Amino acid sequence: MIRFQGVTKLFKRQRVLDGIDLGIGLGERIALIGSNGAGKTTLIRCLLGEYTHGGEVAIDGRSPRRERTAVLGKIGFVPQLPPPLKMPVGQLVDFAASLCGTDPQRMHDIAARLGLDMQAILARPFNRLSGGMKQKLLIAVALGRDARVLVMDEPAANLDPEARHIFFQLLAERLEDTTMLISSHRLDEVAPLVNRVIEMDTGKIVLDDRVADDTGLASMYNVHLTLTRADAAIAKALVGWSFADRRDGVDWHGQVPGPDRLRFLGMISRYVGLVARIEMAEIPDDVPLQ
Amino acid sequence: MKHLWLTAKLDIVESLRARWFLIYCVVFGGIVALLFAFGLTESRVLGFIGLSRLLVTYIQLTMAILPIFVLVTTVRSVAGDREAGVFEYLLSLPVGLAAWFWGKIVGRYVTIFLPVFVAMLGAVFWALVQGVEVPWDMFVYYTGLLAAMAWCFLGIGMLISTLARSTDVAQGSAFMVWLAMLLFLDLILLGVMIQGRVSPELAVTLALANPLQVFRTAALALFDPQLIVLGPSAYVILDLFGVAGFKLYALVYPVAVGTLAAAVGFFTFKKSDLP
Repeated sequence: MIRFQGVTKLFKRQRVLDGIDLGIGLGERIALIGSNGAGKTTLIRCLLGEYTHGGEVAIDGRSPRRERTAVLGKIGFVPQLPPPLKMPVGQLVDFAASLCGTDPQRMHDIAARLGLDMQAILARPFNRLSGGMKQKLLIAVALGRDARVLVMDEPAANLDPEARHIFFQLLAERLEDTTMLISSHRLDEVAPLVNRVIEMDTGKIVLDDRVADDTGLASMYNVHLTLTRADAAIAKALVGWSFADRRDGVDWHGQVPGPDRLRFLGMISRYVGLVARIEMAEIPDDVPLQ
Repeated sequence: MKHLWLTAKLDIVESLRARWFLIYCVVFGGIVALLFAFGLTESRVLGFIGLSRLLVTYIQLTMAILPIFVLVTTVRSVAGDREAGVFEYLLSLPVGLAAWFWGKIVGRYVTIFLPVFVAMLGAVFWALVQGVEVPWDMFVYYTGLLAAMAWCFLGIGMLISTLARSTDVAQGSAFMVWLAMLLFLDLILLGVMIQGRVSPELAVTLALANPLQVFRTAALALFDPQLIVLGPSAYVILDLFGVAGFKLYALVYPVAVGTLAAAVGFFTFKKSDLP
């Protein structure tokens, strides 16, 4: 579906992409990881037809540079940093929907599922929204159309836990017919979302591996946590994950989205000296979430 | 075509919310208001009175301000948008590059020309209310001149924005272009060139290749058809074009320069990195 063949990119004689050869099939979910300057953003910009480059990039055999409208109509993109657009939210959605030939209501519906009150923000300038609201809106614009490829740069970085779970659900609904390319500095941020990991370093692919995870993107886990004593710092972190204090700051209960387990455990690992017991159990699909 | 209008509309909405547009409107609206407030329509200079006196002053002030205003605001916002990641996001949407580039020009043209024109229109409206005679032929020609000037500098601004990769470089380049035109503006400077044995035809050709000088001469020609104030240069200009021919040249040439600059800008944009 997506093919990079001998792709090179130079900035002032500095080789930023160094002969990238990569094939990505339909339904694959790729984590594109690497440190700053590894070439991730450049590779994404080549895929979006925004950079000139050596070699060839093709999506379904078509060049995103030469056949922009046809190819980009199938790609949904969520940037890491929201653009500082001054236009009202309603106009941004109408503009994107009109270019993509889709109904703006689809984007409104997805934004509403992510927890955005669209009616309240339609007339507000985009750059006046909070970081999380901007991120939700850009996700809604990317998902509210018939995109067969989703390119996302740290898409869930600014989302609250509930919105993250809904975001994972939205991705899960499109697993069969969508290819996803998710870029991040850190593997633990995106590992549960993907089934293949590609690591870049100094413009080259240094790792291309598969990920085995039987947990669904939409799954949820019940988590019980017992601490050796109450502690303000871990309490604050747990409240941020919407956990409830069951006994004097010592017993905590909450729910964690399946794809967020690694991130949650990463957070807990900072306070491992305080953890007396931790229990995680997947909630069956037929049990309503609390 | 639909994508072009969508992009133009988007650019207009973005500009209407930008601070530069507010300042721009205040400047041109303020000029007209001040000219009325100082009773310019009642004063008589060189036989000019009424609205023609105001229009002559307005166009002279506009010629001093508009080019640098258009150049700097265009390069600042276009290059600034690129730096801030606006291009990265909006150009990831399925919009054609031609529709994007020319749509942006159309949108920007509307926002830079309308305030200047509306200010002049306001002056005409106020004159009609006050019973002051309106020189319609002068009004129509000045409108044409302003439209041509705005297009010319917008095209040059878009070319600079495309070539320069950062806001600072774009802004500096725009200022240098304006300064270069300003240096070749004064025919006295050209007189020095003639003294230095440059042929008068070459000196006047250089002057007439400068859009700023073309506007200035055309504005003068309206109340001084024989261009007496220009001295001997007037002979070369009038021999070459004639009065009507020069008026037409002053409209067509800047539009051609603006279009050429914008076209070169577009082909450069199309072949280079977009964000």
